[in-house]
Amino acid sequence: MTALKKGEDAPPEGADPGLDQLRRVWAQPKGLSGYKEINNTDVGRWYIITGLFFFVAAGIMALMIRAQLAVPENDLISHELYNQLFTMHGTTMMFLFAVPIMEAIAVYVLPNMLGARDLPFPRLSSYGYWAYLFGGLMALSSLFFGLAPNSGWFMYVPLSGPEYSPGVNADFWLLGIGFVEVSAVAASIEIIVGVLKFRPPGMSPDRMPIYAWYMLVFGFMVLFGFPPLVLGDLLLEMERAFHWPFFDVERGGDPLLWQHLFWLFGHPEVYIIFLPAAGIVSTVLPTFVQKPLFGYSWVVLAAVGTGFISFGLWVHHMYATGIPTLSLSFFSAASMAVAIPSGIQVFCWIATLLNGRPILKTPMLFILGFLFIFVLGGLTGVMVASVPFDWQVHDSYFVVAHLHYVLIGGMVFPLFAGLYYWMPLATGRLMSERLGRWAFGLMFVGFNVTFFPMHIVGLMGMPRRVYTYPAGFGWDWYNLTATVGAFMLAAGVAVVLFDSWWHRRRGPKAGFNPWNAGTLEWLTPTPSVNYGLRSVPVIKSHYPLWDNPDLVESVRRGEWYLPDARSGHRETIRSSTVASRPEQVVRLPHPTWLPMIAAFFTAASFGVAIFKLWWIAGLLMGCLLICSVVWLWGTEDRPSPNRYDVGCGETLPIHLNGPNTHSFWGMALLLIFDGTAYLSLVFSYFFIWTASPEFPPPRFEGGEMAVAAACAVAMLLGSAAARLSVHANRRGRHGLYQLLLLVNAASFAAGALLMAQTLRMAGLGPTENAYGAVLWMMVSWTGFHVAISLIMTAYCAARGLAGRIDAERYQTLLNSELFWHFTTAVTLASLAVMHLFPQVA
Amino acid sequence: MVLFTGGAVIFVAVMGLVLYALFADPDRTRRLTGDHLVLWGGLVFPAVTLAILLVYSISVSNAVTRPPAQDALRVEVIGHMWWWEVRYLDESGELEFVTANEIRAPVGRPVEVALTTADVIHSFWVPNLHGKMDLIPGHVNRIVFTPREAGVMRGQCAEFCGDQHAWMAFHFVAHEPAEFEEWLELQRRPAPEPPTPMLAAGREAFVAYGCGACHRVRGLEGADGDLGPDLTHVGSRPSIAAGRLDNTVGAFGGWIVSAQHLKPDNFMPSFEHLDGPTLRALAAWLESLE
Repeated sequence: MTALKKGEDAPPEGADPGLDQLRRVWAQPKGLSGYKEINNTDVGRWYIITGLFFFVAAGIMALMIRAQLAVPENDLISHELYNQLFTMHGTTMMFLFAVPIMEAIAVYVLPNMLGARDLPFPRLSSYGYWAYLFGGLMALSSLFFGLAPNSGWFMYVPLSGPEYSPGVNADFWLLGIGFVEVSAVAASIEIIVGVLKFRPPGMSPDRMPIYAWYMLVFGFMVLFGFPPLVLGDLLLEMERAFHWPFFDVERGGDPLLWQHLFWLFGHPEVYIIFLPAAGIVSTVLPTFVQKPLFGYSWVVLAAVGTGFISFGLWVHHMYATGIPTLSLSFFSAASMAVAIPSGIQVFCWIATLLNGRPILKTPMLFILGFLFIFVLGGLTGVMVASVPFDWQVHDSYFVVAHLHYVLIGGMVFPLFAGLYYWMPLATGRLMSERLGRWAFGLMFVGFNVTFFPMHIVGLMGMPRRVYTYPAGFGWDWYNLTATVGAFMLAAGVAVVLFDSWWHRRRGPKAGFNPWNAGTLEWLTPTPSVNYGLRSVPVIKSHYPLWDNPDLVESVRRGEWYLPDARSGHRETIRSSTVASRPEQVVRLPHPTWLPMIAAFFTAASFGVAIFKLWWIAGLLMGCLLICSVVWLWGTEDRPSPNRYDVGCGETLPIHLNGPNTHSFWGMALLLIFDGTAYLSLVFSYFFIWTASPEFPPPRFEGGEMAVAAACAVAMLLGSAAARLSVHANRRGRHGLYQLLLLVNAASFAAGALLMAQTLRMAGLGPTENAYGAVLWMMVSWTGFHVAISLIMTAYCAARGLAGRIDAERYQTLLNSELFWHFTTAVTLASLAVMHLFPQVA
Repeated sequence: MVLFTGGAVIFVAVMGLVLYALFADPDRTRRLTGDHLVLWGGLVFPAVTLAILLVYSISVSNAVTRPPAQDALRVEVIGHMWWWEVRYLDESGELEFVTANEIRAPVGRPVEVALTTADVIHSFWVPNLHGKMDLIPGHVNRIVFTPREAGVMRGQCAEFCGDQHAWMAFHFVAHEPAEFEEWLELQRRPAPEPPTPMLAAGREAFVAYGCGACHRVRGLEGADGDLGPDLTHVGSRPSIAAGRLDNTVGAFGGWIVSAQHLKPDNFMPSFEHLDGPTLRALAAWLESLE
C-alpha cells in the first residue's frame, strides 16, 4: 500500500469535453426545481438530514420523559401526554429514524462505493424518500394535536383495539407506519438490485466492499421481516375500522396473534438496524488502522448468519405470555445462538485493531465507544435470552437499559462515526476534531450515566412505561442520575449537529481522500459530484485505492468505462450478477416532480383514511394511479441503434428484455415481499385455527367445492392466456395479443367473483367470527391482486395499441406476467387453505 | 449472580484486548491476530459458554414451572384497568370470597395463582417472589410459588395497560400458617355491623350515594356492584386504590373526594360535593371494615 497523492481539484470547464457532458447531464436543476432531483447524492443527503430531524424530535421526547421521571410522583407531565410521548419516542426512533437513516446512508454512499452513477430505480428511491418525509411529518404532527398514539410502540391488542382505543390515535400509528413500510420496501429493492447488478466490471461478490454485503443482507431482511408487520397492521386496521375480529376473544380471535406478527417483524428489525451499523464499523475501522478488515469471509458469514438466526427468536419477547416451557427453550437457544455471529464480528474487529496502529480521530472514537457499549449490551442480551432471568427483568428498567445499550451503542455510535467519516463527501470539508472529541466525550459519558443505573433500578423492581413512581423504594437517586445523564447525552448530540452546520463554511478543506481510505467512494473529488466517478474502472480487490495507486489518475483521465455522456442521457453500467461482466448500459430517468407528487397523493389518501373519509381516499388513490401510469409510460424507449460504445473497446446494448434486467428483478423482489405478507396471513389462519376452540365453525358442504374448482380453473385460464399473449406479441400478432389479454382479464375477474361466492354460499360473513374474517381476508387478498392485475392488463393493452409493446420491447409485459402468475398462485393457495384443508383436518 | 460475574469477566477481558490493541506496540500486537483469535474468541468460547448457560437456564425454568402440588392454595387473579381482583377458592374449586389488591398466603405451602383479565393485557409481578406472567384475554396462565418467610412484598402490573398502568400495584403478604387461618376466617364473614352511629351513617351514605352500584360489600343490601373492587373487608388491606394510597381514614376521604386527581382517568368519579360530616362518616366506616 502506498500513500496517495492529494489530488488537485477537477479540471475547469471546457478543458475536457467528456467531463463537461457528465457535469451538464447530471447537474441538479436550479432554484426550486432542485427538488425535482432524483439522483442518489441529493436524495440521499435530504434523506439523512430528515432522519436526523426525526432523531432530534424523538430525542426531545426522551428528555421530556426523563424530566418527568427525575423525581418520584412528579406532576410535570400528565399521564396522557406521557403515554403519548413514550409511544412516539419508541415509534419515531425505530420507524422514523433508525431504519430510514440506514437506508439513507446506503442511498448516499452505496452507488459511489460500487462505482455506479446512481441506484437502479432513482425515481423509486425518490418516491420512498418523499413518502417517508410526508408520512413521518403526519405521524409526528399528531403529538401537537394531542392525538398521538398512546398504547406503546408495540401496540398490543386489545389496548390498541377499537374498544380500548376508540380515537384516531392508534390509526395515526398504523397509517404512519404504513408509510415507513412503503419507503423501506422501496429502499430495500433498490439496495438489493443495486448491490447485485450495478457493480463495476470485475467486482465479483467476493470483492465487494464489506458494507455492500451488509446492505444486501439488510435488504433481504427488510423483504422478509417487514411483511408480518404489514399484515398485522392490515388486520388491526380492519378490526378497528370494519370490526373484522382477528384479535377479539369474544369472536374467536386471539390477542397473541398480534404479538406473534409484531415480533416476527420486531426482532429481525433489531438486526435490520444493527447490520448496516456493523457495516459502517467494518468500513470505517480498517481506514483508521490503515489495514484491510481482518477476516472478510468470517464477517460475511456472520452477517448472513445473523440474518437467518434473527428470524428464529421473536418469541423471546413473549416469554411471559404463558407459552409452554419446552417451546421457550428453543427460542432461548436461538436467542443465545445469535450472540455467536456477533462475537465473530467483534473479534474480527479486534483482530483488525491488533494488526496495525489505530489512529484516534473522531470517527474512530465513536467506533471504540460502540465496541464498549455494544459488548456490554450484548452480554445483558445473553442474560435476557435466558428464560428464568427474563421472567424477572422483562418489562422492567433492566430491559430499557439493555435495549438502549444495544441500539444506541450498536446503531447511533456507528452512525455518528459514519457521519464524521463521510461528511467530507457531502461538504468538502472536515468537521472539527476538537468539537468531535467533546461531542464523543459528552455522548459516551452521558450515555453510560443515563442507562447504566437503569440496570440496577430494573433489578430493584421498577417496571417500564410508568408515568411516575412512588418514593421510598430506593429508586429515586438512580432516576435522577439517569435524567442528568440524558441531558449530557443530548448536549453531545447538539455539539455534533452544531458542527455539521458550522464546518460547512469554516471547516478545513478536506481535499482528495482525506482519511486515505481504500474504497471507491473516495475516488470522487470532495465534495462529491452527482455522477460519482469520472469513469468506471475494472475492480480487482477489496481496497482498490490502496492496492492500485495508478487507479486514481486513470479514472480521472477517463480511461475506463463511460468516460462521458455524449448521448445526453444519464447512464450507468449494469453487470452480470456473479461474474460482474458489463451487460447493459442502463439509461436512467432525469429529474422529475412525479415521485414527489405520487408520494403526496399516497400521503393524502392515507391521511384522509385516518378519518374514515373513504371516498376521498379512493379518489386520491385514483390520482396516484394516474401518476404511476404517467411515470411508467415513458419507459422502454426505442434506442436506435440499440448499441452504445461504453469505452474500453466495448459496446453494450441499451434496451434488453428478459429475466436478467433490473426491472424484472425489482418486480420479483416486490413479489417476494408480497408473498411473505401472504404467508403471514396463512400463518394467521393456522394460528387462529389452533387457538380458537370452535374453529372452523361451519364445514363447507357440497356446492362450494364445485365453485372453488371453477375459480381455480378460471385463474389458471387467465395465467395461460397471459403466457400465450407473450408469445403472440413476440410473433407480432397484435390482434391475438389483445384478444388474449381480454381473456386474461375476464378469467381473473370471474375467478375473484367465484372465490367470494364460495364464502357467500356457506353463509360466512367477515364480522361474526375470526374464521370468517380470515377467510374474507384471503378473498380480499385475491380481490386486491386481481384489481391490480386488471389495471396491468389494461395498461399492457394500451401500450400494445400505442406501439410501445412490440416484438422487440416487451419487458413491461414480462414484468406484468410475473405479477399475473403470482396472483394465480396466491389464489390457488388460498383455495387450498380454505376448502381442502378443513376436509383433511 | 453467575450471569453477572461471568458477564463482567468477559466484558473486562474483551475491553482489555481492545486497549492492548490501541496502546501496545503494533509489532507485538500483530502476533496475536489471526484466524485462531476469531475462531477461539468469537466462535468456540461463546458457543461453549452459551451451551452451558442454556442447559442451566432450562433446568431453572423447569424447576420454577413444576406442576402444582396437591395441597396448593388456589387463588384466581383477574386484572382490571387498574386494579386486581383476587378470588380465593376452596379445595373443591368453589369460590370462597373475593378481595382486591392483596394476596395473602401461608409460609411453606405452595400457592397456585390462575391469571386472567377482564379487559386488556396486564402482567403479574412480585419482584421479590417470582418472575412475570401475563394476563391475556382468552387465556388462563398459571404460576406456582411457595413463600419462604413471613412478610409484605409489593407487586405491580408489568405490561403497559393504559392510562394508569403506573398505579396498578398490589401487596403480597406471607403469614405464619395460624395467622393465615385467622385471616381466612375473617374474610369469609360478611362485613361487620357498624358499632357506632357515626359508622352507621357512613354505611347509609355508601348506599345513598350509589357506591354500591360498582362496589360489593357482602351483607349490605344495595351494594352488589362488580365494576370496582369488593370492599367487604377493605379496612384490613395493606393499601387502597391499588397501591396508590396507604390504608387510613384520611386516605379514604381523599380518595373519595379526588379519585380523578390522584389517579386520573380511572373509572371512579371524584365525589367533590360530599359535605364534611358525610365524608368523614363514609371514610371512617370503610376504614372500619376489617
